[in-house]
Amino acid sequence: MTSNPALAANTKPWRDPAAKPFISIRNVTKRFGDFTAVDDVSLDVYRSELFCLLGGSGCGKSTLLRMLSGFETPTAGQILIDGQDMAGVPADKRPTNMMFQSYALFPHMSVEKNIAYGLLREGKSKAEAYERVGEMLKLVKLEKFASRKPHQLSGGQRQRVALARALAKQPKLLLLDEPLGALDKKLREETQFELVNIQETLGVTFIVVTHDQDEAMTLATRIGVMTEGVITQVGEPREIYETPKSRFVADFIGSVNLIEGKAGPAAPDLMRVETDDLGPVVVPPTAGLTQGQTVWLAIRPERVWLTREPRPDIANSVPGVVQDMGYVGHMSSYVVRLANGRLIRVTQANESRRDTPITWDEQVHVGFEPSDFRVLTQ
Amino acid sequence: MKRGWFLPIVATLGFAFLYAPIVSLVIFSFNESRLVTVWGGFSTRWYGELLDDGQMLGAAWISLKVGAWAASIATVMGTLAAFVLTRFGKFRGKLLMTGMITAPLVMPEVIIGLSLLLLFVAMEGVLGWPAGRGMLTVIIAHATFTAAYVAVIAQSRLRDMDESLEEAARDLGAGPVRVFFDITLPVIAPALVSGWLLAFTLSLDDLVIASFVSGPGASTLPMVIFSKVRLGVSPDVNALATIIIGIVALAVTVAGVLLMRQSKRMR
Repeated sequence: MTSNPALAANTKPWRDPAAKPFISIRNVTKRFGDFTAVDDVSLDVYRSELFCLLGGSGCGKSTLLRMLSGFETPTAGQILIDGQDMAGVPADKRPTNMMFQSYALFPHMSVEKNIAYGLLREGKSKAEAYERVGEMLKLVKLEKFASRKPHQLSGGQRQRVALARALAKQPKLLLLDEPLGALDKKLREETQFELVNIQETLGVTFIVVTHDQDEAMTLATRIGVMTEGVITQVGEPREIYETPKSRFVADFIGSVNLIEGKAGPAAPDLMRVETDDLGPVVVPPTAGLTQGQTVWLAIRPERVWLTREPRPDIANSVPGVVQDMGYVGHMSSYVVRLANGRLIRVTQANESRRDTPITWDEQVHVGFEPSDFRVLTQ
Repeated sequence: MKRGWFLPIVATLGFAFLYAPIVSLVIFSFNESRLVTVWGGFSTRWYGELLDDGQMLGAAWISLKVGAWAASIATVMGTLAAFVLTRFGKFRGKLLMTGMITAPLVMPEVIIGLSLLLLFVAMEGVLGWPAGRGMLTVIIAHATFTAAYVAVIAQSRLRDMDESLEEAARDLGAGPVRVFFDITLPVIAPALVSGWLLAFTLSLDDLVIASFVSGPGASTLPMVIFSKVRLGVSPDVNALATIIIGIVALAVTVAGVLLMRQSKRMR
């Protein structure tokens, strides 16, 4: 392994404008007939990153992955891996390996032979190949299953064989298509961390395609949110969650209250937004807004204050009634109806056992700190 | 739901309609009497007589050889055709090719036989090959029409097969030819075995096409039986028919079991 694992986990090359990207996707477009699956996408991924492409079904994320692996040819644009142009390089000659959603384990070969397949194609001797197979089996903790056939394994074991097979050739780039999609919830959570550990140990660059936002948040160094063939925002999980750039991203990642309003006059300190639902609201000043422009205020449910008494210390506070409530154990989620019928989602951590919790039909006040609002223009 | 009496009766009648003639043939093959329709007690006499009939045994041997060759050629051709149709995406004339490959399934045998005969005669005139009609022409003819059956079986198997298996092999560094032999072929092998068995059975059964394209010294078993029966049904034909039914039933069962087992394992 070339890179220092600790370094790989802690550095953030995408913040350094001088850093050289390891994978460059430049203005790539893919059309199938009249349908544009990927529309002029440009993206840089750095060495040892675990990059997640996140999006709903049909957003083009899998097509983008298949273009990286060489199963699809871009209609336009260029893909560079480690400085090398991939145009005209067939799938079997690319320095990438892929872990398929269906795992695609060869049903007529044992676990061992599945993992050795790629190594033998590379021209390695049998002895060398099987030594490497041993290492890989140890990495994924399947030493005892070497001679089993795929249909004799559980779903989780198959997933690990697929990972071992894809990693065996030490690819420069590992592509993972919904790697945890076929596992049940409990196993998925365990496997998430295992995957991150393996990635950090080996320092291999991963690009993961997923539709599961929790998975993306847990795994990724950075996330690219895709919709309709376009990457709408790229950023660290925290950035994507805390500072979404559009209503789509805000709504797609986690849940959010979106309140429409008109921007007030520009102000140096705090600015006002006139809204129908909450009346005038004070928000932090946002650059580039003209007076009267339509904006959307996004606020996460966990950032909304929910109290029985009004809170004069919070700049924005509105009365309402609890319409719905759900208890999830570590937290409770509420739906509060304001006077004009607008519903606001609120979640509260259940930190103490002593309080009497707020419940259905109670008169409450919802409070919004100005700094918790994110002002969106699109 | 109550079953009632209607369905069992219909099922019984249906099966009787299909299998009563075959059962009576099997029973009469063990008939002692020389008269085919008069029961004269149990005996295996006609089976013994069959073994002494040189013409019959010779024809059986030819039929088996023709069947094995034709089925093997048909399996190769049918598999290639199916592979092209399922894996090459869209290409010009794909619909036409699909239709043309499956056409022999519904084409009257007389027409297949006649057209092949005309082709062979014309080819002999122009190319000098195949010289005359004989076993070779029967093999070619049988391979042609049974390839359609193999293609249909192989096609459905290839369509069921997870294409990402082939992509995974490509991804791991195998070229397209290697992928075909390492991955595709082993995965669809059971379907090909059952396709071969089906082609073999069809070739063994065929009378019409063989009559058209066969030549002197290359009479297949059905041809010999048919010419014998024209002179009156003799009981040894019953014995022979029973043996053929046994072989065909075995082949069909093996093919079915193979296909079923594989579809279970792939799930």
